[in-house]
Amino acid sequence: MMAMLEIQHVHTYYGNIHALKDISLNIDKGEIVTLIGANGAGKSTTLKTISGLLRPRHGTIQFEGEDLTRYLPHEIVAKGVVQVPEGRRVFGRLTVTENLEMGAFAITDRQVISKNLERVFALFPRLKERRHQVAGTLSGGEQQMLATGRALMANPRVLLMDEPSMGLAPVLVDNIFDTIRQLHADGTTILLVEQNARIALQVASRGYVLQSGVILLNDTAENLRMNEMVRKAYLGES
Amino acid sequence: MLKKWRRLKERITPTDIVMWVIGGAILALIIWGSTATIAAGRYNSHHWFDFVIFGLAQGSIYALIAMGYTLVYGVLRMINFAHSEVFMSGPYTAYFVAAAFYRSDFLDQHPFISLLVIFLVAMITSAGIAFLLERIAYRPLRAAPRLIPLITAIGASFFLQYVFRGLYGSGFQAYPVVKIFEGEWAFGEFRILRFHALVIVAAALLLAALYSFIQRTRIGKAIRAVSEDKEASYMMGIDVDKMISTTFVIGGLAAGAAGVLYALMFKQVHFFMGFIPGIKAFTAAVLGGIGNIPGAMLGGIFLGLIESVGPSLFLDGLGIIAPYQLKDAIAFTMLVLVLIFRPTGILGERLAVKKA
Ligand SMILES: Nc1ncnc2c1ncn2[C@@H]1O[C@H](COP(=O)(O)OP(=O)(O)OP(=O)(O)O)[C@@H](O)[C@H]1O
Ligand SMILES: [Mg+2]
Repeated sequence: MMAMLEIQHVHTYYGNIHALKDISLNIDKGEIVTLIGANGAGKSTTLKTISGLLRPRHGTIQFEGEDLTRYLPHEIVAKGVVQVPEGRRVFGRLTVTENLEMGAFAITDRQVISKNLERVFALFPRLKERRHQVAGTLSGGEQQMLATGRALMANPRVLLMDEPSMGLAPVLVDNIFDTIRQLHADGTTILLVEQNARIALQVASRGYVLQSGVILLNDTAENLRMNEMVRKAYLGES
Repeated sequence: MLKKWRRLKERITPTDIVMWVIGGAILALIIWGSTATIAAGRYNSHHWFDFVIFGLAQGSIYALIAMGYTLVYGVLRMINFAHSEVFMSGPYTAYFVAAAFYRSDFLDQHPFISLLVIFLVAMITSAGIAFLLERIAYRPLRAAPRLIPLITAIGASFFLQYVFRGLYGSGFQAYPVVKIFEGEWAFGEFRILRFHALVIVAAALLLAALYSFIQRTRIGKAIRAVSEDKEASYMMGIDVDKMISTTFVIGGLAAGAAGVLYALMFKQVHFFMGFIPGIKAFTAAVLGGIGNIPGAMLGGIFLGLIESVGPSLFLDGLGIIAPYQLKDAIAFTMLVLVLIFRPTGILGERLAVKKA
């Protein structure tokens, strides 16, 4: 039985910088898997390669039995592999509602779009209050809600989240992770990229540790939390 | 107090002072000239009314062309210098349709159908040229340094000029006059040339349609999203290349329509006709803040008005003999002034995107 998303022996380059070196990872349906690593480890590069923004030089990315490397980024979104980008990247001059509509760009059925909109507003009532506001004037926490909601508008089958906790106050980080748990409970499959290993290993069932473009460790979240090296390097314990 | 002054002094460079002196001098000249003109009373309200109407007609044409510059700048961050040829290609091609209609008398028997066909031919031609331009000349250079597509645009501009010269000849062609738009309409004591009214109304409708397309439709919103952040747009499932193509097509449609209005107003077409209005519309887009859509519209109308009212108002009172000859000089002085004092355009800075 094949995993829902299966990345095998992927090598990605920026010019002649070898950013991903033989990365393999897989995610089963309904799982939360985390990918942790320090700055510059290649976490965003991994997600961009899955999303088709970067082409791997070698390797395959199978999603439900199809090779994603043959598709363009917008086609990959239409298949249900959707990314919440690092740093949120909301469209600052578009309103909250317009941002959410852009998230649903791959969907043409208006009824589905308005159903998704209701769902996102139910998940983030704050966004509903501010739906006519221009996204550039939202607070950091609200922008993260918007970035997450925007991705949910596309009916993701796998959600790729790139450092959702980045730059947020601890309370807001808790909020975002509550949302992640809730999405998981609703059956969404999530690949969670984090530098905040502590919190990522709390929500995920399994994890990969990435260092300088190489997968160093691959284990259950519990084992990773116990791992000596992880505790020293990523959990800040001695 | 003293400290504050010193800090201020450190921040002001000699260049700043020279710039402000130049700015102040120009402002003083404008005020002096305007006062003198009004005091001399050489122009009455009818004259001013005519200037304003002409300025609005001219300006709304600039506004339509400026949309193309600003939209393309938005999605590609480049100035499409070949846009003036996109503008020329439409009315020049439609000229042959117009001339055929004129010869067969169809033009005066069915003026509205004729105009509709002329507009459609021009808009489709300009949009097609814009589409091909992006596909063939700009898309392969998407990843190149920014100077390269800019130089390519200038090359494409010459290329298109000479292609159309080769196809259609190098002479001026007189655009046929539609009879029902000859003469004037009277509103009380004021009179408007009919074709000026036609230009203003048609341009206003087109601008409104364009604006609501960009603001309200799914594609329009996606174009704005691509203008802000291409990579995030890809992540949303937006087909960025298609949106860029669409942007060129929309700019082309607007330019083609503007071209017909221009040809109806000045009653001729020529392979080089795009150059001056193109550069004026570029000025208008810069005035409004390049990339800013309402800005381009307002910038165009503002420039048209300044060009039309300005020479008489500012220069006549200064004793300049043929002020109207200086209208282009006024337009380009505006461009230089804006670039020096407000590079973000008269509408001011675009909404700052908070990177929280
Ligand atoms: N556009 C680029 N061109 C060249 N090198 C790049 C580019 N983007 C990333 N890199 C390099 O690739 C490596 C991996 O970068 P990546 O952004 O994937 O790291 P990351 O794990 O997401 O880090 P962070 O936690 O800081 O976001 C880094 O060494 C980085 O310098
Ligand atoms: Mg990253």
